Amino acid sequence: MALRQCAIYGKGGIGKSTTTQNLVAGLAELGKKVMIVGCDPKADSTRLILHAKAQDTIMHLAAEAGSVEDLELEDVMRVGYADIKCVESGGPEPGVGCAGRGVITAINFLEEEGAYDEELDFVFYDVLGDVVCGGFAMPIRENKAQEIYIVVSGEMMAMYAANNISKGIVKYASSGGVRLAGLICNSRNTAREDELIMELARQLGTEMLHFVPRDNVVQRAEIRRMTVIEYEPSAKQADEYRQLAQKMIDNTNFVIPTPISMDQLEALLMDFGLLDEEDESIVGKSAAEEVVAA
Amino acid sequence: MATMTRDETQALIQEVLEVYPEKAKNDRAKHLAVNDQSLEQSKKCITSNRKSQPGVMTVRGCAYAGSKGVVWGPIKDMIHVSHGPVGCGQYSRAGRRNYYTGMTGVNTFGTMNFTSDFQEKDIVFGGDKKLAKIVDEIEQLFPLSKGVSVQSECPIGLIGDDIESVSKQKTKELEKPVIAVRCEGFRGVSQSLGHHIANDSIRDNVVHNRDNDNSFETTPYDVAIIGDYNIGGDAWSSRILLEEMGLRVVAQWSGDGTLSEMELTPKVKLNLIHCYRSMNYISRHMEERYGVPWMEYNLFGPTKIAESLRKIAAFFDETIQTNAEKVIAKYQAEYDAIIAKYRPRLEGKKVMLYVGGLRPRHIIGAYEDLGMEVVGTGYEFAHNDDYDRTIKEMGDSTLLFDDVTGYEFEEFTKALKPDMIGSGIKEKYIFQKMGIPFRQMHSWDYSGPYHGYDGFAIFARDMDMTINNPCWNSMQAPWLKPAEGESEAPMAASA
Repeated sequence: MALRQCAIYGKGGIGKSTTTQNLVAGLAELGKKVMIVGCDPKADSTRLILHAKAQDTIMHLAAEAGSVEDLELEDVMRVGYADIKCVESGGPEPGVGCAGRGVITAINFLEEEGAYDEELDFVFYDVLGDVVCGGFAMPIRENKAQEIYIVVSGEMMAMYAANNISKGIVKYASSGGVRLAGLICNSRNTAREDELIMELARQLGTEMLHFVPRDNVVQRAEIRRMTVIEYEPSAKQADEYRQLAQKMIDNTNFVIPTPISMDQLEALLMDFGLLDEEDESIVGKSAAEEVVAA
Repeated sequence: MATMTRDETQALIQEVLEVYPEKAKNDRAKHLAVNDQSLEQSKKCITSNRKSQPGVMTVRGCAYAGSKGVVWGPIKDMIHVSHGPVGCGQYSRAGRRNYYTGMTGVNTFGTMNFTSDFQEKDIVFGGDKKLAKIVDEIEQLFPLSKGVSVQSECPIGLIGDDIESVSKQKTKELEKPVIAVRCEGFRGVSQSLGHHIANDSIRDNVVHNRDNDNSFETTPYDVAIIGDYNIGGDAWSSRILLEEMGLRVVAQWSGDGTLSEMELTPKVKLNLIHCYRSMNYISRHMEERYGVPWMEYNLFGPTKIAESLRKIAAFFDETIQTNAEKVIAKYQAEYDAIIAKYRPRLEGKKVMLYVGGLRPRHIIGAYEDLGMEVVGTGYEFAHNDDYDRTIKEMGDSTLLFDDVTGYEFEEFTKALKPDMIGSGIKEKYIFQKMGIPFRQMHSWDYSGPYHGYDGFAIFARDMDMTINNPCWNSMQAPWLKPAEGESEAPMAASA
């Protein structure tokens, strides 16, 4: 089986890293060889697999050694639960330097060092929530990730972000092979969440790959720096991630997304009662002015 | 004695513009003009200081070049750190021939290259810590340096490196000015913005440093030379004339200049500006804040020198005015002899100029002293106040070109057939291969000085040896030369 490279995007705080690691544990359980590449200066994309606080990152090791050319693959790669390979690109603390350049450097290093060996079945890029510059789009440029999964929930900003990410995919889809491969709903227990995300997926031209329900076992496992599959293999939630993993293995629905306009998105939110009909007469009116008007 | 009429020059511009696509043609048309001496304002005929068209060959520099290369670089007792990757600092190292006295590496640093030599990790993690370390090392290795300027290269602005806080911190620690200069190369349309940014950083960090210090004893004859970069020793051959007039030159900005000279400048009676473009900003500031007036002058060629010395003297008392006449008289025999020697060899020769800040207009007089005519001139990075000053210097119906493109310059040359071109290193070999004598007029082609009476002697000699160099008769292989009686072969250009 050829190597499949997948990138996980989504609004910050939506649960990308948790979902990715649980999913990857599921894939590994099914016998797949997987590598996770964390593309976030926070470097928290591999902690549940490695039972570690934060892995030494490529950029920090490079800074210590002098330059990235001074590093070997084994210096930066750790192997964790179920032989899952883990690397973190790393980057500066907030407010200094250029984190985007760190992602570019790290991914180039992995390619040059042959990290993508033939035995691998999957590579997952877990990318910082906000694609603020070209560096964070690195995983979806040519010859990198072909499949993009967007983690989303039934909240306005999460859906807004999903639509924006789709726009980004369209941009790179024309020059390379990158495709939207589906939405993963990480439930926030909002009303009719599954229907809403299925409808959003339909409008974006894709599908909701799986609806991951909310379950406290995820947090309990996370406190122990473990995935649910490792912490409590018999938990119902573990089965959810196994299902997601199986669906991903079987997934062949890769599309160029059809992002929707802001008006369409608002209409969708209104249909599901997440947004009230806009009242033009109150725009720009302060509370005091409203009292006077009344 | 203009060789072309107004209509002919205008037709030439139209013909050259023909090759461009519509949009580029419209843009470039605004930058090319026929000189009209009757105009008071250049904005009626020419547009300048605009972004260059993509696809043309422009020889403009960047903001970093304007700050590090022009304004700050020559301050000899400070260390100027090129903050960013190594190339900008190394390729601009000592290329401008800003002469200075001092012991390089001990108390002066002009020809050395200091850079933070950015690597990948510095881009990713920021270069502020490295910069702090560099400043500490500078202090350790070069304790006699009087301060540090941090010259930002492009990536500094892109990654938002906080050079201001490092500079502030180090200024306090070392009790020496450490000055952050935001001259990232991508800012502005040419080096001109870099001059402005550098002037502003001097305004904010230097000129007020001795406001409350009256220990410096002033005289009524204190002046400062502003905008002379001492290329090949220009400021020195200027300074002696001012001193012979009885003036005291307190500061040279910035050729062979020092931090302390800049700090003392607000205490002078008059600022004398040679290169208006690159240092008018700081002169205006000193006028507004300290009431120091400024005056432009021109020390190229005896006519302009006499004019300028008299204009400067008129600002002072009779003693100085008498001295000015004495100085002019003293050198008369010398420059008369130069003109007597070279004018017959250069009379009637045509020159085209395309240079930087002041030369496209300032040198015209020196050529005229030698009987030569400037038939076309232009600036890389001028603003319209420069062209205002150029209109009167250039003959009527001559050609003006702003930010000229490689194509235009070659076509104008083919049409005007100048006997010599004065421009930069990037143009030099093109025109020499076209068989046209060429002088590199940014750094005086490794010669100089050209300012003052001493400089005029060298200028005249250099123009003569360039134009009358026997090599121009050997542009064609002997067997390709036309036989007696045949018409002359076309220009040997393969360009």
